[in-house]
Amino acid sequence: MTRNPYRTEKIAFFFLFLATLLIVVPVGLIVVIIIQKGLPAINWQFISDMPRNGMRSGGIFPAIAGTVYLVLGAVIFALPIGVLAAIYLSEYARENLLTRIIKLAIVNLAGVPSVVYGLFGLALFVVFFKFGASILSGSLTLGIMILPIIITASREAMESVPQTFREVSLSLGASKWQTIRHIVLPNAIPGIITGTILGIGRAAGETAPILFTVAAFYLPRLPKSIFDQVMALPYHLYVISTQVPNVEEKIRYGTALVLLAMVLITNLAAIVIRYKFRKKKKW
Amino acid sequence: MVKNNPIKFSIKNLNAWFGSLHVLKAINLEIYANEILSIIGPANSGKSTFLRTLNRLNELYPGFKMTGSVFYGGEDIQKIEAEVLRKRVGTVFALPLPLPLSIADNVAYGAKIHGIKDKKKLEEITEESLKKAFLWEEVKDRLNESAFKLSGGQQQRLCIARTLAVKPEVILFDEPCSGLDPISTAKVEETMFVLKREYTIVLVTNNVKQAARVGDKTAFFLSGELIEFDITEKIFTAPSDQRTDGYIRGEFG
Repeated sequence: MTRNPYRTEKIAFFFLFLATLLIVVPVGLIVVIIIQKGLPAINWQFISDMPRNGMRSGGIFPAIAGTVYLVLGAVIFALPIGVLAAIYLSEYARENLLTRIIKLAIVNLAGVPSVVYGLFGLALFVVFFKFGASILSGSLTLGIMILPIIITASREAMESVPQTFREVSLSLGASKWQTIRHIVLPNAIPGIITGTILGIGRAAGETAPILFTVAAFYLPRLPKSIFDQVMALPYHLYVISTQVPNVEEKIRYGTALVLLAMVLITNLAAIVIRYKFRKKKKW
Repeated sequence: MVKNNPIKFSIKNLNAWFGSLHVLKAINLEIYANEILSIIGPANSGKSTFLRTLNRLNELYPGFKMTGSVFYGGEDIQKIEAEVLRKRVGTVFALPLPLPLSIADNVAYGAKIHGIKDKKKLEEITEESLKKAFLWEEVKDRLNESAFKLSGGQQQRLCIARTLAVKPEVILFDEPCSGLDPISTAKVEETMFVLKREYTIVLVTNNVKQAARVGDKTAFFLSGELIEFDITEKIFTAPSDQRTDGYIRGEFG
């Protein structure tokens, strides 16, 4: 029997297409089911009110606010450190053993399971530094978790700035720092923003790192300082799904929808920003 | 013998390596003020490396090593801060390399780096530099456009203007016309002629005719060695080394 290249081509195409479709289907299903089941719960009161009746009615405002505080805290901590580290790695570090160890550490940091970050945050911030279970501890823990994302994205953005620009700047008598400040950083900003927003999405969605460091089971008021506990969306979702009996399905799915929307909107923002800058890119 | 201008660069027994590759071998050479020195030679003969040694640009590459000394105005360049040296000794690269800025900001970049903040002053420097590079008339109405919108020849003259704006004393041209058409090349050469009244120029070129047209002195490099150095007319009419003769007549390249 001779092989028919036309038929094998068709078979190959079929399986490749099938595999691709298999990726898209679950994403679509998740979004559709959560919207379908959660949308009836969404109204102004649900988003802006305190939870009532043992979280069985009322709103989820403290959890939304808590998640926003935690994410902001994580970014305030991780963005400067991440960008400075990325500048060092991209512009100053020489290719030697120490640099390789640092790069390896960053890659590994990205692969650490999030619950391990939670335990680490508990040991270091809550217990050792005596910050207690607080916004500060939770933000720092989330910040460490998103550091590798920010460092990697920023480093790649800086390394994609052509070497010739640096050479031109230095040949005009600029110092290395002036070159970074005026040439490298301005052209790396879109990449840095994209990395940061991806980090925000990750930090907003994680439960394990905040479990031991900040998240409150039930706290129907807003925090007064960074040493207070807060509710947070992912943990709240876990609580009303497994710990509190008789919570209406639409409230659970409504909470999931709000969380999903927050993460998707930040990711969308990253895509829009990248697209805008790419169109403006001048080389 | 023609009367020589004052010495700008004095190179003594310069050797350079990239890793284990010996790229410059025992170079001794003097570069005189307000002259154009053309450096010719086939590819990989060490011309560009030599040029980049003069303002310490080679140091940016890992594995670069040199021995011997280069004196600039009597001072060892290794003792001058790299930023100060590069401000005085500017470079125009082989390909037009505008920075991702507007036309005006490209020219003003160096001046800003060196601490000039006054807007009026920056505008003056920009205009003056663009005029010296014979580009002003072509761009004066579009100074805020991206420099990447200019043609290749215009971009190269923009790069010359950018180098002039930091007010250097020496300009190093590293095959500045290798990517340009004949008309743009003629404009760049014309610019160099005018510039040598105020500046010292070192021109690396793989175009022998260009060296003959613009150079006061010519140096011939081959495999990292300086084979011959003399006034241009002498090199092109009665070279003392057979290899020089062979190269300028196009027997190898």
